[in-house]
Amino acid sequence: MDNILAIMSAEERAAFSLCALYERAGYQKYRMSKFEEYALYVQNKDFLVSENVITFTDTDGKLLALKPDVTLSIIKNTRVKNGVMKVYYKENVYRVSKGTRSFRELMQAGLECLGEVTAETVIEVLSLAKKSLDHICPENLLEISHLDIVSGVLSAFHIGEEARAEILVHLGEKNESAVRAVALREGLSAEQAALICRLVTLYGAPEKVLPALKELAVTPEIAAAVAELCAIVEGLAALGIKDRLIIDFSVVNDMNYYNGIAFKGFVEGVPAGILSGGEYDGLLKKMQKKERGIGFAVYMDELSRLEQMKGEA
Amino acid sequence: MKPILNIALPKGRLGEKVYAMFERAGFGCPSILEESRKLIFENEEAGVRYFWVKPSDVAIYVERGAADVGVAGKDILLEYAPDVYELLDLKLGKCSMCVAAKKGFTDDRNRTLTVATKFTNIAKAHYAAEGRDIDIVHLNGSIEIAPILGLSDVIVDIVETGTTLKENDLEVVERFVPISARLIANKSGFKFKTERIEKLRESLAGLVEEL
Repeated sequence: MDNILAIMSAEERAAFSLCALYERAGYQKYRMSKFEEYALYVQNKDFLVSENVITFTDTDGKLLALKPDVTLSIIKNTRVKNGVMKVYYKENVYRVSKGTRSFRELMQAGLECLGEVTAETVIEVLSLAKKSLDHICPENLLEISHLDIVSGVLSAFHIGEEARAEILVHLGEKNESAVRAVALREGLSAEQAALICRLVTLYGAPEKVLPALKELAVTPEIAAAVAELCAIVEGLAALGIKDRLIIDFSVVNDMNYYNGIAFKGFVEGVPAGILSGGEYDGLLKKMQKKERGIGFAVYMDELSRLEQMKGEA
Repeated sequence: MKPILNIALPKGRLGEKVYAMFERAGFGCPSILEESRKLIFENEEAGVRYFWVKPSDVAIYVERGAADVGVAGKDILLEYAPDVYELLDLKLGKCSMCVAAKKGFTDDRNRTLTVATKFTNIAKAHYAAEGRDIDIVHLNGSIEIAPILGLSDVIVDIVETGTTLKENDLEVVERFVPISARLIANKSGFKFKTERIEKLRESLAGLVEEL
């Protein structure tokens, strides 16, 4: 067995150990077909990381695609009768890489929970996300945001659609001065703009950030989201997950699809996030499903860098 | 020992000004001032490593994690849209992204406008927002001669004082984005070296106030 592990690449080893982790947590392996109807991606193209999809025509004339994403297929092909359906996957997806502007095959592992998603489900998914990172590299961080706090603050000040999109981009860049400039341009007072800027400047360990969130809770909706975030952090602490957690509102997923908790995982030495996830009730609604959903994906392609670094060290 | 903070600076006059700010902020590296052809300089005691790179490459070094932080012009950030944090406007190297044309030029909206530029994405986004049909001629330098030789109707380029334009009989039609140097950080690097990068940003912010 040791020999088998030795010939596997870092990606493969990590993928298998993640699958074992999800299996032990009671998740079922989700097997999917290699191809998917192209129409699925056209209808939800903003959900995809990159718009480009490899397509081809099947023998019956149907336009098919090589999967650029796994979540959409799982949602489309499953019906949850009652309770929560918990599945995990390890699949290859086909996306355009930014550097070469050409398609690459990327391995991705992850899990999805569909159905009656409760606070416990969210805590469980976050704890598995954190454990996934621990499996990959001990030097890791999981950053958590609550999108309802962000959208609540923007709605409280009646920020228009266009300015909202701009603020979200700048929030993702941690660009405080640009966020302030947009807020002031929208006619907000200096104090109101300062409050929106707190979304940029408030980040760090939960014990530091959570008490400070009260000042942002200017509406009952935001207060509810803050309370939910606090309860989730407490729930994680009860599972022994306290360290290497960060609250950071610069994790901004597309609000048309995502809501509630959003999160991203980083490991030291890999320049971009290797884990990304969140609640996506908006996407389910768009696909005419009544369920709620939460899940995450781990991008395995970046992990080869990690092995390379360890080798050099 | 402090973890080493990797800093990418743009080669040239702007880079030197930026380094002076970093030094005053407490992130000095004396060997950088020595005359040499070296590109990498390290001050182990202060925990910093600097490297000089082509200004338009700084964002790539930072996005890909070779540098934790760097200084890049807003023009480069708009053009390449790297996935990085933009932490501070250093208010150095101020200029504007402009549309310029031969003196007396008027835009005939009945025909496609030919635009010569280094900044293809910025030009596209600018004219798309106006709903103007354009064709782009991508050039890497001496953009100013394109309208003179009839290669394009207008140019989209950064303009500081406007002297080059004037000398070539061109004038600014429109200034549409203010440009200046920005402190940027790699998203992952920022998480693992938060305190040091925050300290750098705060010290630099103090110096920007003084400017």
